[in-house]
This record gives sequence, C-alpha cells and structure tokens, in this order.
Amino acid sequence: MNRRRFVEGLAATGLAALAPARASADTRVDLTVGTLPANITGRPRTATVVNGSLPGPILRFREGDAVTIDVRNTLRESTSIHWHGLYLPSAMDGVPGLSFPGIAPGETFTYRFPIRQAGTYWYHSHSGTQEQAGLYGALILEPRGREPYTYQRDHVVLLTDWSDEEPMTIVSNLKQQGDYYNRNRRTLGTFIEDTRRDGLGAAADDRLMWGKMRMSPTDIADVTGATYTFLMNGQPPAANWTALFTPGENVRLRFINGSSMTTFDVRIPGLDLRVVQADGSDVEPVTVEEFRIGVAETYDVIVRPRPQAYTIFAQAQDRSGYARGTLAFRSGMEAAVPPLDPPPLRTMADMGMSHEGMSHEAMGHGGMDQSKMDHSAMDHSTMDHAAMGRSMPAREIPVTNADGVDPRQLAGKPSVDNVAMAPKDRLGEAGTGLDGNGRRVLTYRDLRALAPRRFVPPERAIEFHITGNMERWMWGFNGKKFSEARAVRVRLGERVRFVMINDTMMEHPIHLHGYLFEVENGQGDRLPLKHTVNVKPGERMSFVFTADAPGHWAFHCHLLYHMEMGMFRTVLVS
Amino acid sequence: MSAPVLARALACLLLLGLPHGAAAQMTHDHAGHGAPPASAPATGDPGDPAPFGSPVMDQHVFYHLMLNQLEGRFGATNSFRWSGEGWLGTDQHRLWLRSEGKLADGKVDDGQQELLYARPISTYFNAMIGGRYDLDSAPGRGWGAIGIEGLAPLFFRVAATGYVGGDGRLAAKLEGSYDLLLTQKLVLQPQVEMNFYSKADAERDLGSGLAEIDAGLRLRYEITRKVAPYVGVTYTGKFGGTADFARAAGHATDEVRFAIGLRTWF
Repeated sequence: MNRRRFVEGLAATGLAALAPARASADTRVDLTVGTLPANITGRPRTATVVNGSLPGPILRFREGDAVTIDVRNTLRESTSIHWHGLYLPSAMDGVPGLSFPGIAPGETFTYRFPIRQAGTYWYHSHSGTQEQAGLYGALILEPRGREPYTYQRDHVVLLTDWSDEEPMTIVSNLKQQGDYYNRNRRTLGTFIEDTRRDGLGAAADDRLMWGKMRMSPTDIADVTGATYTFLMNGQPPAANWTALFTPGENVRLRFINGSSMTTFDVRIPGLDLRVVQADGSDVEPVTVEEFRIGVAETYDVIVRPRPQAYTIFAQAQDRSGYARGTLAFRSGMEAAVPPLDPPPLRTMADMGMSHEGMSHEAMGHGGMDQSKMDHSAMDHSTMDHAAMGRSMPAREIPVTNADGVDPRQLAGKPSVDNVAMAPKDRLGEAGTGLDGNGRRVLTYRDLRALAPRRFVPPERAIEFHITGNMERWMWGFNGKKFSEARAVRVRLGERVRFVMINDTMMEHPIHLHGYLFEVENGQGDRLPLKHTVNVKPGERMSFVFTADAPGHWAFHCHLLYHMEMGMFRTVLVS
Repeated sequence: MSAPVLARALACLLLLGLPHGAAAQMTHDHAGHGAPPASAPATGDPGDPAPFGSPVMDQHVFYHLMLNQLEGRFGATNSFRWSGEGWLGTDQHRLWLRSEGKLADGKVDDGQQELLYARPISTYFNAMIGGRYDLDSAPGRGWGAIGIEGLAPLFFRVAATGYVGGDGRLAAKLEGSYDLLLTQKLVLQPQVEMNFYSKADAERDLGSGLAEIDAGLRLRYEITRKVAPYVGVTYTGKFGGTADFARAAGHATDEVRFAIGLRTWF
C-alpha cells in the first residue's frame, strides 16, 4: 500500500494562545471576525477566525440568559456566524440568504436571542468556505438546574480539518477529479493482494462488478489527509494538545466535530468513555470504547483517568490521518499513539443493495444491473414508514417526496450515480470501518434520551433521497441542487417525519437548523434529540419534529463542499 | 437555448479573462443569482427559499485546462504532439475547448481545434455541439461538430464526435483511454484515436474512410495529481487513400515511436 503519510504539523503552531473567553454573568459578547497568520504545517497561511484565535473563543452562556452578541466583520468579504443546534428566532440563525443578507465588510451585526437549552454546541461561519479556514468555536450552554452526572474537570475537544490549499481549490480539484484526494485507490497491487486472498476469479469478479457500476469501494472520504492536517483544539498532532486533570477526578470531555469534511472515530486507549450527551441533549449514560462523530455532531463523555497519560485519538474515517491530544495530570506527558486502523472498504450494503438477509427475488430483481431492477417494489407511496422495524405501532400517514420527485425516475440522471434499491435500517451499526473492529463502539441505537417523552406520531412524512454523482462531483437531494429546488413547506405547528434515504456511497451528516429532532431509533419514549444525524450509505432512517418555530430554516448536509454544491434545502415553516 | 443558458454562457466567456481567484470570488459573491444589495428581502415572494440570495454556490463556474499529451516522439522521424482540452462552466452548461496537432519539420499537421457547448445527458455522459476548425500548415477546413463523451462501464473514457463540413463532407473521430493504476502514482494508460472522412481531401492528404489511427501506451508518474511526466510508445497508422498520399510523399504509413512527455492540468 502506497499511502502518503499525512502531514502531522508543527510541534508549535505559533497561533494565538487558546484563551477561552467566558461570557459568564455578562451576557453581552463582542466578537470580531478577521484574518490570522497561521502556520500549521510549516507553510505560512492565513486563517479566518473569531477574536484572533484558532479555534475561536469558547463561549459560555447560561440557560435562561438573554444574550447579545455583536459580531464585527473586519474581512474584505461578507461573513456570518451560525449558532449550531440552538433554538432561536430564524432571523438570528446566521445563515446568509435565509436569515439575513450576511454581515458586510466593516459592518457589525447584533445577534439577540434567549438561551432556551443547555449542553455542548458550537458556532461557525455559514458564508462560503470560511468554516474551512478556521471560523469556528465551541458554545457551552450551562443548565439552570443540576446536571444528572458529576465531574470535576471540563474540557472542550474541538476536532477540525485544516488545509494549506485554498478551499476553492479543493472543491475545484474535486470537480475535475472526484477521487483527487483518495490516496488509497485500488491498484494492480491491491488486485494481486485480492487474488492471493480470494482467488483470481473472485478478485476479477469483484473488480468487474465495481467497474461496471463505475464506483470505487475505497471511496470513503472526498477530502483526506492528502491535504488535511487534523486538529484538536487548533493543534496538529505534533503539537500534542493536552487536557489536564488531577488524579481522582471525573473529567468531562466535550467532543465537537467542527470539521468541514472529516468524520472522526474517537477513542482514548485504556479508558472507558461514558457517553452522557449527544448533540447537547442528555442521554442515558452508555459506556463504550469508541464512537464515531460525524461532522457537526457533539458527544460529551465522562472519563475517570488513573494517574497516567492517555492519548485522545481521533482517526479520520478513511484512516488517512488523525487528530491527537493527551489527557494527562501534568503537561508534557505523552502516551503511546495507536497505529491507524486499516482503511475500510465499501460493500454492497453501502450501495443500498444486499447480499445477505434479503432475497433478491423478494425485491423483484435478479441481478446487480440497476437498469433491470424492479423499482416498483420500492414504491414509496405504499411503504409503511412507521412500521420499519420500530417498536411504535404502524400507522398510515401520507408520504410526499420533498421535491415532488418520483424516486423511480432518479436512476440515470446526471446528478445521480446510484439509487439504493434496498435501503435498510442501519442505526444499529457503528458504520464503515468500525463494525467488527473488536471494540465496543457506540451506535445510534444505543442513544436513549435521559428524560422520557411520550412519542407523538407525525401527521405526515416528507421523504428525501440523498443523491450525488461522485464522477461529476454533484450533490443534492432527490437529484436536485438547491438552486433547482423550491422550499420544503411545513405548516407552523405541524408534526412531521423526515425520511432520509441515502442513495450515495458516503455518509452524510444531515443537519436541520432551529430544531432538535427525535431520531426514530426504536427507543420508544426515549428517542434521542439531535440536530445532526450522520446518515449511512444505503440507509433509510427517519426523525420527527414539531415545526413550532416559524421561518426559513436551512436543512443540509454538513459536509461543507456537499452543502456548497447544493445538498441544501430551505425548510419553510409558516 | 433559453435566455438563462445564453446569459450563463456569456458569463462564462466574460470570466475567461480573469485569474482563478478573481473568478472564484466574483462567482462566489454572486453565488447563484446575484447578491442581495440591502438588508431587506430581495423578493416579496413568501415562498422564496432564499429571500436574501443564495446560501450556497451550486451554480459556481469552474474551469480546468488539461494537457493529456505534450510529448516528443522519436523514431525514424521525430515530431512534437499535443492534445488537450479545457472546460469552463457549471454542472449543466459548459464550454469545451479541444485542441490537438503535430509539429514536425516546422510544419503543423492534424491540427484540430474545437469549441463545443456541452451538457450532461446521463450519469456519465455529456452531449456536445459546436465547431471544429482544422488549423495547421495545410489549407484550413471548418466543420460543425456534434458528439458525446463520458465514462463507459469499467472506467473507459470515451468520446465520439461527428462532423459536417462544406461540400457535404462528413467526418468522425473516436477516442478512448483507460487508466490502469499500477500504484497510487504510477499509471499505465492505453489510448487510441481514430479519424474517419467521407470524402478524400487531396489538399489535406486525406483519403476517404478510416484515415488515421493514433494510439499510445504511456506510463506516467503523478508527482502530484496535476503534474505527471511520462514515457511511452506511440503508434501512428495511415490507411486507405490517406496511406496512398503518405507513400506518394515518401512518408511512412506506420510509425512506432518512443515518446517522452508531460501530462498536466490546471
């Protein structure tokens, strides 16, 4: 295998010191968006940041506070700050185009909203590619009441991806060559390995099958360690960001994935991770050794370290690199850094097909040839979504496609390279690269809201096919980009289910602004609340929310360049 | 072609002269359909998905220029060969420029320059329409062009173009190539191009039928994705009346030569 070693970065980044700004009792905060000379890899670059630090300051507010945040723009282009996962008026949501026109150069915009929740959240630019350039930070909302867990130490662990390339160069490269950053493509060498392992016939059949579909099983991440250096709180692996504790303490680690394009698999070898929050909402504590964190998700874990050093290890899903820090009782300590796991491969399940567990005859098709498959077996209008293996009673509700598209017409469109023929419930799987790794890994099925909540069935379901074309590097919903689609209209107060069907071969972290939705993971009256859900390839999953906040709300894939290419909708609640 | 299409094409042409950053900025600031000027919603439509302008850049104009072959050919005779293409546009509408030719003994031949409008017609294929001008040391010829290009199953890159010229002349060009990855950086690429003509054209030393096959087997090393020097073997064969013209001029009809060159894109 000829994989380029990713850039581990400099031991000292030379960035402004990490000075967590605490709003505390004062609920007025001044933020300034500007540029910052940055040197992550040895090459001087310019980052786009808040208050002169990468990442921006940690903002702490209290539940019940009314906050006022002045954001001054010193850039030569328009900017914005979006408060990710917060309940707030849509005009304060910070999405240029939907909430407001953006903050023009030299202008100050004043955000004013009440804090109606508690937990770990984050903020980031929603303008162009500024998020990739460093415009992000943690947002901690402290609860009014007592928390249902105890800890003596609290650290934010913000994971991001940094590139020395211009963000527009990255997306332009991908437009020309979808696998531009994939340094793990199948080669003659991997064919010989496959032949040794599986025999010539099987290896050749496998190549032919993928080749006929013009797909690659090594297509894990679009942008990789070939250009990215992965950061933990702004520090590259070589700088070894360190979280200090005093032996005997319970340590709360607030993991936030603020990356533009990178899914991380996180573990701390030697420590059990007690997950107590997902996306800012309390869950019944669940103890795991590892968890996957999709872009824009947050997980809070509590650990109880012994008096020694531990490596906080966050490897990119494609194993092209990692972010790393140390949990230690004094600075300067280090623990062994584990090797990267082997790069995973996609399977037929990721294509929305199934070798095992589902009879092809039952699906009305006898082969892999998409054009011959019987789409009528997937007729969405007759599918009972409420009965998809869930514990809730089946109930017929109207289902409409979000864009009025008949999914049977998707195959063969320029914007669509695959349609999942047999999408399935994958919430119980840890995901590509994790299942079967011998560690206890968190799944969405494990998440149970701490407080019970009676499940109120939705009045209707809106279906989104997550679609893309890796070759053209096009991304959208239902084969359409944002500019080709209309707003998804939802009545104020309506209880709706969003059904996500991932036709692509990649995970997509789907984020709805302004709401926390209930992920239908089979946990009855304990459905977890989330703002972002990482939908697996070939997966059909759903979530429910009550549209009680009016306005234009962004709904999009949180992979930055997928969003910019049009995997974005306006959900208009009125 | 609808008015928005023409406007987009015009915008593409205007952007041709700008450096990458400027073009990116320009199209970004106007992501979609123009930046909103003021703080008030740009439209009064309550159903407008983006009352303050597009939140994304899904109509961004990208462009790339790729030189597939930029090579010296060495054998019984020596020549320099180029073959490249560039495109500019959105997902839906692109302008393509294709150019190829050979330089030998101070003369350019097989100079085919094409300007085409392309749009996607399926998951992996684009339809193209435009014009070709044979611009080299021989008398020029103009053609209308229509064709398809794309990625065939098993990752074969193919293109087929038909041409209509003056006096009812027809021509066709078929191209194909395949990238065989030996390692992540070492790529063996077989490639072939065939040119057909319906009528002989003595001024351009062309007979009717299959006129020429130009093929190569090139081994490139991708120092970066965008810079890849290569060595290879090329074959040029002339057939039918075209071969007769070559023989009459004392040229070989078949040439196998060693090639050294650079594949690069921007």
